[in-house]
Amino acid sequence: MASGLTGGRGGNRGRPIDQSGWGRTAFAGFVSFLYFLPVLIIIITAFKEHTDALAVPVKLLPTTFFGLIPESYAFVPTLENFQNVFSRSFSAGAEAQDTGFARFFFNSIFIAGTSVLLALILGTVAAYGFSRYPLKGNDTYLFIILTTRMLPPIVVIIPVMLMFRITGLAGTYTGVILLYAAFNLPFTIWMMKSFFDELSPDVEDSARLDGSSEWSVFFRICLPQVLAGIAATAVFGLILTWNEFLFALLLTGVETRTVPVAMSQTIGGDIGVRWGLLAAIETLFLIPVILVTFFLQNQLLRGVTFGTVKR
Amino acid sequence: MSTITLRSVTKRFGSFTAVEDVDLDVAAGEVVCLLGPSGCGKTTTLRMIAGLEVPSEGDVLVGGQRMNDWRPEARDIAMVFQFYALYPALTVGENLAFPLHVERLAPAERDGRVRQVADKLHLGHVLDRRPHEIAEGEKQRVAVARAIIRDPNCFLFDEPLSRLDVELRESMRHEIKEVLQGLSKATLIVTHDQLEALTMADRITIMREGVIEQIGTPHEVFTRPANAFVASFIGTPQMNLIDVAMERDHAGHAIFRYGTAALRLDLPPAAANLGKGQVTLGIRPRAFTLTDDVGDDVLVAQVELTEPMGAETLVHARTEMEGDVRVVVPRDRRVRGGETLGLRPDPLQTHVFKSSGEAAR
Repeated sequence: MASGLTGGRGGNRGRPIDQSGWGRTAFAGFVSFLYFLPVLIIIITAFKEHTDALAVPVKLLPTTFFGLIPESYAFVPTLENFQNVFSRSFSAGAEAQDTGFARFFFNSIFIAGTSVLLALILGTVAAYGFSRYPLKGNDTYLFIILTTRMLPPIVVIIPVMLMFRITGLAGTYTGVILLYAAFNLPFTIWMMKSFFDELSPDVEDSARLDGSSEWSVFFRICLPQVLAGIAATAVFGLILTWNEFLFALLLTGVETRTVPVAMSQTIGGDIGVRWGLLAAIETLFLIPVILVTFFLQNQLLRGVTFGTVKR
Repeated sequence: MSTITLRSVTKRFGSFTAVEDVDLDVAAGEVVCLLGPSGCGKTTTLRMIAGLEVPSEGDVLVGGQRMNDWRPEARDIAMVFQFYALYPALTVGENLAFPLHVERLAPAERDGRVRQVADKLHLGHVLDRRPHEIAEGEKQRVAVARAIIRDPNCFLFDEPLSRLDVELRESMRHEIKEVLQGLSKATLIVTHDQLEALTMADRITIMREGVIEQIGTPHEVFTRPANAFVASFIGTPQMNLIDVAMERDHAGHAIFRYGTAALRLDLPPAAANLGKGQVTLGIRPRAFTLTDDVGDDVLVAQVELTEPMGAETLVHARTEMEGDVRVVVPRDRRVRGGETLGLRPDPLQTHVFKSSGEAAR
């Protein structure tokens, strides 16, 4: 790490790190571009008509730049795919129908949001308990909690399905929200515990001496200090839940279907895979994640560097 | 009345005894320092008074009230922590106001109190900042201000100045002393810095391995250390402790033999009732007079190393005994390596410790 920062060569050692060099910036830009490329392709495809989406060579740009670029490399952007996400005709000549995607987007947001919130509330309190009130066997409990994440989901899917059938939770919001919350809980507890562990117990003792009850120590002193941690945990949980496919496929009903499941059912059809339509769904699907990450980026940065930088 | 009393307090963690049978009284308006090396149980003692640890045995009384079973928040004690323990999410002003939330004051009155302590400790300009945005010295002052904003039963300080640089430490010492003088509360300060203890305390309690070795005024612990540990712990440079065999001659002098040499001194009055035997002689580095005559009351030593300390020079010199003798000489007395020095100890400043370590009294 250190050698990487100072350039690695012996002669370079001790020289201040040059963070403004154009080479550095260009390299960072190149790597970022590589990461962004698939997303870029999706977004471009979302604005293409079906034939343009399938065209070889690939049509890269939405304009010919006043004739600078051969027409075979350019396409005419259209918003048709985005309209089709929400309503389209399912066979030639038929009237456009509601595809239900408005509902599926709502489901995804509602289910991810609620389950992550639930996991955060339970997990934060549990993590504080684990961190501050050490009981005999705490390490064992923490390990047991973690083991629930060790099994591949495919292994537990059948028992979970049976349980959902018997309890009548299959296809309901409650069912899938509880499942996702349970899914996120181990991660939330472990992560939040590490944040609480970082806090100075002196600060809490000080608050006690200043007359605070245990509740007030938790809410007024500890919680404000781990807000960054909560934000980071929430984003990780949201992304995990947002992308979850397997359980959603088997445990959600028509009413509670989430976008990944609905998207998979959009593949296929009379004219083959409708890449433009899929890309449009994906583009829309990306927006909430980007928004959340964008608004929480400062907290997120503090969250992921928490504990790695010695104060 | 604001007092602190410990009655045979013992604290055990598993099989480890951190504090053993400690008795301590701090009177109203008195400042007592708990002094000792790291891990001697002084902070544990402080935490038991605060209610953050529960004593295994004995009683903790604050203001005459037995508080063993009281929760910390019920004790009404103000404590300044080593790392200040400021509330990171609150501004300095909110930090200062925090201890007042129990009293449920009107906002105007609360702000008035905050303003008052902030002025007293020169914090007016940082009230709106957060703890991580202010300087180390200011954090220290916020911690003190937060402690004195209410009218607690007593004050506890845990290594209050250990994080400050030397210059700041000196000025904060004065400042804390000044603040405490106006308050007539019992105050207990934990420190491992003897200078801090000597300058701030009315009385000093010296602890080692959970046990109190001596309680006394700064003057007492320096001039009449109860045992060899206290003698070596208090005072810089450290007191010379020399293992010798003691004998008496018919004239009432004491003869201390070491190696092949001997040192004849007027018997320190404290050692009058000691007979023959192995003792430890304690002589402070400043209790020697340099002399050229080589009488039998003079220690002969060869200079090995000199450390200029500014106004004075610390000389490490080798005698026939094991180990070096530390001598402080005035700056203008030039000392060269290898030079032979005649050192005459002042009998009145010479301490004799029995083989048990206890001072001969």
